[in-house]
Amino acid sequence: MERREFIQKCILVVAGASVPLSALTLIDPKKVFAENPDIQWAFLVDTNKCVGCGFCVKACKTENDIPFEAHVSRTWVERYVYTKDDKRYVDSPDAALNGFTESRIDLGRGEYKEIDKENVGKAFFVPKLCNHCSSPACTQVCPVGATYKTDDGVVLVDRTWCIGCGYCIMACPYGARFFHPIAKVADKCTFCYHRLSKGLDSACVNACPFKARRMGNIHDKNDPITQLIMNERVGVLKDEFGTKPQAFYIGLAQEVR
Amino acid sequence: MVGEIAQHAAMVVHGEAWTVKELFTLPNEYIYWSIQIVMYPFMTGLVAGAFVLSSLYHVFGIEKLKEIARFSLVFSFALLPVAMMPLLLHLQQPFRGIHVMMTPHFTSAIAAFGFVFSTYACIVATELWLVYRKYFVQTAVALKAQKNRGTVDSFRMLMFTALTLGAWDISDEAVEKDHKACKIMAGIGIPVACFLHGYAGFIFGSVKANALWMTPLMPVIFICSAVVSGVALCILCYVIVQEIRKFMAKRKIARWAKDPNAPTIEELEGAKHEEVMIASSYLMYFMIAALTLEILDLIFRGYTQVKSWDILREVIMERDFFKIFIMQYALGNILPFLIMVMPGRTVRRTTIATVLVLFGVFMMRYNVVIGGQAFSLSFAGFMDYTLPIIPHDLETFKEGLFGAMTVAATPFVLFYFINKVMPAFLNEEESTH
Repeated sequence: MERREFIQKCILVVAGASVPLSALTLIDPKKVFAENPDIQWAFLVDTNKCVGCGFCVKACKTENDIPFEAHVSRTWVERYVYTKDDKRYVDSPDAALNGFTESRIDLGRGEYKEIDKENVGKAFFVPKLCNHCSSPACTQVCPVGATYKTDDGVVLVDRTWCIGCGYCIMACPYGARFFHPIAKVADKCTFCYHRLSKGLDSACVNACPFKARRMGNIHDKNDPITQLIMNERVGVLKDEFGTKPQAFYIGLAQEVR
Repeated sequence: MVGEIAQHAAMVVHGEAWTVKELFTLPNEYIYWSIQIVMYPFMTGLVAGAFVLSSLYHVFGIEKLKEIARFSLVFSFALLPVAMMPLLLHLQQPFRGIHVMMTPHFTSAIAAFGFVFSTYACIVATELWLVYRKYFVQTAVALKAQKNRGTVDSFRMLMFTALTLGAWDISDEAVEKDHKACKIMAGIGIPVACFLHGYAGFIFGSVKANALWMTPLMPVIFICSAVVSGVALCILCYVIVQEIRKFMAKRKIARWAKDPNAPTIEELEGAKHEEVMIASSYLMYFMIAALTLEILDLIFRGYTQVKSWDILREVIMERDFFKIFIMQYALGNILPFLIMVMPGRTVRRTTIATVLVLFGVFMMRYNVVIGGQAFSLSFAGFMDYTLPIIPHDLETFKEGLFGAMTVAATPFVLFYFINKVMPAFLNEEESTH
């Protein structure tokens, strides 16, 4: 082959290949599948309103097929009790699946502590769930990209691709992740993505009788939840990790970690 | 009833079987990374350490380490596949393990492991081939010349012919070229081995959610302790193998029955003494480096007293005090160091010290991996790990005592077979270097 001919053929091949290759970048599957990029989901917890009934946990487990008997949960409620003699107690028996029906504090290992009612300084409940962080540590560490953040701000796990290494569980500063006892893959709160995408509220939001849990689109300035987040004094959990949580709390005590 | 039990067994979430929770821990917190993840850095460390020891001869030309260096190289090759084993055994979906190679997600510290590991494996294999090429050629030629070959010998001939990869030239110039190439490979191998293991340290050190793990010192600490454990294991195995050879020489079995050139008991004893003494000096240098870094990390945490210190102090100074200060530092570092540093060091004393050193490094991995999960993210509770001993299902086997023992025993089985093809001990005239 002559040099001239070789160069001509090369140009032909490059030109020919660039057409289908450019198509790959034109059609970004992420953009095609994201139904509405103007949406950014955020969660708002009003700790002043939570009474620790545990309806949210029950609803979540039912909706998302997490067995009641399994000692893991996508969402849970914590109880904080401060005594007048400056002691702090925290518990969340069975992730508050059945609510806080007993006044004694669960100390683990089958031990309990009854606190004298007169001695209680303050006490409150804090519901917790995945924070769907803006820069999540869990998606960063997944070695196969099985967990990812959708364009509308929800962190999800691909059950068909997760290898079950547990690195994401280790990386989450909030303890939001666990191994699903049946699927044997990492599992976590999805903000009930299957319901959101149909225009429904997530199961826990739906189940909360006191509106302690609410969700909204933080990109929509007129959304009532966005208004609350903008106007109220809200906090996020463990901001020192730089994960930028998207679950906001009204009335967050600094001891809550 | 049976169905009920089966149903109940299915509901035990991963980690629940060996985790005891105390005070306030988050509902989803368990010791997810258990004994296999302790084995993983331990085994990887042995691979890297064994390779570094072999490189001391190949790259830096420390002639006195010649024999133990070749032994370490072969042993490092036997340890290689075992570094992968604990990872596969701990995966919840082991059959998807290959995804890490197929769809690597490079922001993850684990994703590149497969590639670093494969690169390293190629380097070790190449180096071994260069070292043993002359032996392969000689063996293949000798077998070809042999008349009336049996099935076994025919198979060996085929295997050795294949292993030469068609490079039959064993003239002095060709062998000299091998030697040079080998030096280059070993030179590239040292940083790759350090990277392989420093990288295991990075996997832990970069977990920002874990107060105990997160320190930039982690990779360096891991490299130093890796070299310590690798050198210690090589000395230990070298002494044991030499003892076996001495025993065989005494009884005149195997090679000693037919080969008049086989080394005598005195020769074996002399070689062993010299090599062990030199290798153990290097062991001590690395021990000093590893211990200094570990103590530095501890002092730094105690001095700066950031938010997590209260809970870390309770774990380090109280709950895990015995495991950290007695088992790891006293028994695994200080005692063997004293044993070796006292005047009149003997092979026997050094061998005892290496066993303690190996135990110490294992405890260090244990205290990092399990200790890092011994406290809750809430900083208000603790988790205790109980190693499953009698397995009652696949999970408690894999992530229990027997799973760990399987991993620990495999390199020795592999070494036995690899040694048949690439004998760690060769006569002078057979070996290239």
